Amino acid sequence: MIFKLTDDQEAIKTMVQNFAEKDLAPYVDEWEEKEIFPKEAFKKIAELGLFGLTCPEEYGGTNMGSLTSAIIYEELGKVYRAMSYLSISNLVCFLIYKNGNEDQRRKWVVPLAKGELFGGFALTEPNAGSDAAAVQTSAMKKGDDYVINGSKIFISAGGEADVYTVVAKTDKTKGAAGASILVVEKGTPGFSFGKTEKKMGMCSYPTRELIFDDCIVSKDHLLGDEGKGFRMIMEALDGGRINIGAISVGLAHAALTKALNYSKERVQFGKAISEFQGIQFMLADMATEIEAARLLVYKAAYMKDQGLKVTKEAAMAKKFATDMAMRVTTDAVQILGGYGYMKDYTVERYMREAKVGQIVEGTNQIQRVVIARELLR
Amino acid sequence: MNVVVCVKQVPDTESVIKVKPDGSDIITDDLKYVMNPYDEYGVEEALQIKEKFGGSVTILCMGPSRVVETIRTGLAMGADKAIHLDDPALEGGDAFATAKALAEALKGIEYDLVLCGKQAVDDDLSQTGQTLAELLGFPHASLIQKLEIADDNKSATVHCQVEGGLAVLDVSLPAVLTTQKGLNEPRYASLPGIMKAKKKPLDTKDLAALGLSADSVGCAGSKTIITKMTPPPERAAGKVIEGEGPQETVPKLVQLLREEAKVI
Repeated sequence: MIFKLTDDQEAIKTMVQNFAEKDLAPYVDEWEEKEIFPKEAFKKIAELGLFGLTCPEEYGGTNMGSLTSAIIYEELGKVYRAMSYLSISNLVCFLIYKNGNEDQRRKWVVPLAKGELFGGFALTEPNAGSDAAAVQTSAMKKGDDYVINGSKIFISAGGEADVYTVVAKTDKTKGAAGASILVVEKGTPGFSFGKTEKKMGMCSYPTRELIFDDCIVSKDHLLGDEGKGFRMIMEALDGGRINIGAISVGLAHAALTKALNYSKERVQFGKAISEFQGIQFMLADMATEIEAARLLVYKAAYMKDQGLKVTKEAAMAKKFATDMAMRVTTDAVQILGGYGYMKDYTVERYMREAKVGQIVEGTNQIQRVVIARELLR
Repeated sequence: MNVVVCVKQVPDTESVIKVKPDGSDIITDDLKYVMNPYDEYGVEEALQIKEKFGGSVTILCMGPSRVVETIRTGLAMGADKAIHLDDPALEGGDAFATAKALAEALKGIEYDLVLCGKQAVDDDLSQTGQTLAELLGFPHASLIQKLEIADDNKSATVHCQVEGGLAVLDVSLPAVLTTQKGLNEPRYASLPGIMKAKKKPLDTKDLAALGLSADSVGCAGSKTIITKMTPPPERAAGKVIEGEGPQETVPKLVQLLREEAKVI
């Protein structure tokens, strides 16, 4: 086993780190506070090639592979947790690249990979989240078109994204086997956005409802075959879960760094609180857990790059890393004490941001179901 | 336009620099190295010139094998090729000895312009660019903040920072220009750029390839010798002037500035 990044990975890590510290870090608090979607920052990220991580060069991408992507997401997560939106746009890019035909790739994958178009992923509904087979949004074939009806909730970058991969039933009599994926562009008649949700964290990108009211798209917007939607999603989600794990490792790292620095400066009873064993043990546990999570994430990513099945490993990495980030950020707030609870000290934001990791890309309860299913196979 | 950019690898500007106990050098064990920030302006300017006029951008860098990382950064930003001067005899050179090696490396290369950072942020000598120009026999301008190449590529107009203002100069090309903050905003290496960097030509030259003798370069060929390094004295804690309102504190401040700091 070799625990060493390649020269290219080191160079990429340094580049992303420099970019994040210079072009993101100074502005994140303001974006979060004022709920500003930093489209310009995302455009810069696109210039660096980070929107095309999941598709090859001939479609404008960089095809970085899972491990290099994880390293990138970890670095971004250290500075700006809401950068997980990038993972969503990359997921949309991957879905269309993997399952689309040549025309669809040219039409959507190329501009998505260049960041000229932003992607949105629409699965969750009021009555279908973890139980994805319960999707009620329908897409009924009518001549050469599909007529979409229904609504999707909690859609990241809803209204800001240009191209949405929408999971809808093309056969309402079936469960998962009746689901398909259609590409719907912003501005299509019958496709509108509901209210922008008020969230606990990650306020710099909008989370909105998508409403389809007799929204008509041509049959060229169907990805692959009817009824294959869930298989496509499951494949894409393995990668997405690794990315969420990686971002959570970065977030926890940021929280530990703040807690470490603070503990060395904060003097109580005549000495820095870092000299008290109670604080030292907390710091040691935080660092150990971060390292363990990082290794799980890297291993899942490495296996994926080898073409191995990683459903179990990706679920483990996602579950462990996001639970870990929740604990570590909570402890960081604890170490900063009263200051930690104040918005000026950022760690409370980390704690709010950590929570979402335990919920998205399949709740951590669902991850356990996935892991157990693989174990009991 | 073919542009050569001289690049130096320096310790990261955020590193904590410690001097060896015997004062002979700094401790380099845990240092992280980066491209000298002023050289980044040079690389960016060269890339913009290439984008406008065509031609090529060559990175020229001297130093041990670790500097290859910095060379690759330049290639990843978009430079076409690089020359790496790597020989133990080149180590420890001052600005003169360094310029001599660089000048020698430039022989036999076709170029219209040489760009150097105005200074390296490690030893802050600010001499290599000018010395290089003298050795090559080309005109030079320092601390440039704006560069306009004439359409015939035979001359350029440069804006140089001078005390209290700007000096606008016309220089014939080839020339050596040293780049200053404000010239441009250096780009980041992109992902495709990083992936392509490794495949770009990197020509490593030792002393024999340069055709120089060991006593003419490096420490042996230097005009100056560093006899001792000492860390700067630790900064004393600040002074808080106490009192009720400005009526009380300002006279105290004035008194301290006059008697203690002796600045007014």
